[in-house]
Amino acid sequence: MISTLVLVAQETGNSWDLPANIAFGIISVIAIGGALRMVTTNNVVHAALYLLVVLASVAAIYILLGAEFTAVTQVLVYIGAILILLLFGVMLTRAKIGGDEELDYEQRWMGLGVSVLLFVVMAYSLWEEFGSDTRLVGYEPQRTAEVADSVFSTYIVPFEAVSVLLLAALIGAVVVARRD
Amino acid sequence: MLLNQYLLLAAALFVIGVFGVLTRRNGVLVLMSVELILNAVNINLVAFGTFHGDIAGQVFALFVIAVAAAEVGVGLAIVLLIYRNRRSIDVAEANLMKG
Repeated sequence: MISTLVLVAQETGNSWDLPANIAFGIISVIAIGGALRMVTTNNVVHAALYLLVVLASVAAIYILLGAEFTAVTQVLVYIGAILILLLFGVMLTRAKIGGDEELDYEQRWMGLGVSVLLFVVMAYSLWEEFGSDTRLVGYEPQRTAEVADSVFSTYIVPFEAVSVLLLAALIGAVVVARRD
Repeated sequence: MLLNQYLLLAAALFVIGVFGVLTRRNGVLVLMSVELILNAVNINLVAFGTFHGDIAGQVFALFVIAVAAAEVGVGLAIVLLIYRNRRSIDVAEANLMKG
């Protein structure tokens, strides 16, 4: 996979392309490997730790794309908050820590078939639409100040709506999980 | 760099997440797989934002992250409630409303 990426980089002749492609290859192998282990492991805690690997790789992909603020938010919110919340869920539901054979349905092959079919369809349509001539070249990192300007001017209404949504979700979670 | 590299990576993560949702019995693991799906969508948003030189991709990715935080909070509360009532978080056993 990496060698094909290197070939693509040599074609373009862009000096920044080669290191970016190598970084992308390494990160994507880690991300997909972690994701595959996450959905196949028999241990719930290990699944959470593999999810951490995937989330960190996605943050690295954001850095590669020049989206610094989103990468930092990914680390803070996903790794710092959501993953800890999921680990609390594992703890509070007393899932077996040391591995469990009955985490999957017996019909996992049907799930595998659906997933592979979905991937083939998506990969084919993506390749048809964007092909090998739609290149990301010479992009600048998108600065945090631009993100802040955009959030607090163009997208101020969705931003407020998300604030209210978070508040409602917080109250809802407390009400649902409270012992009466 | 091809735009397709990022889109194909996102597609791969998405279908792995779909596989997890379809095959896992444990409610917490289903929630983790949903997080994987949301991350795949975020990669697409940021990749297209960078491709078009538009900040909107990043902004929408941030909104998705916020909604994901709300989703996992409510989802875990529901899973805890199911566990408290049924002593099990097997999503296959939560079939009280089955017709």
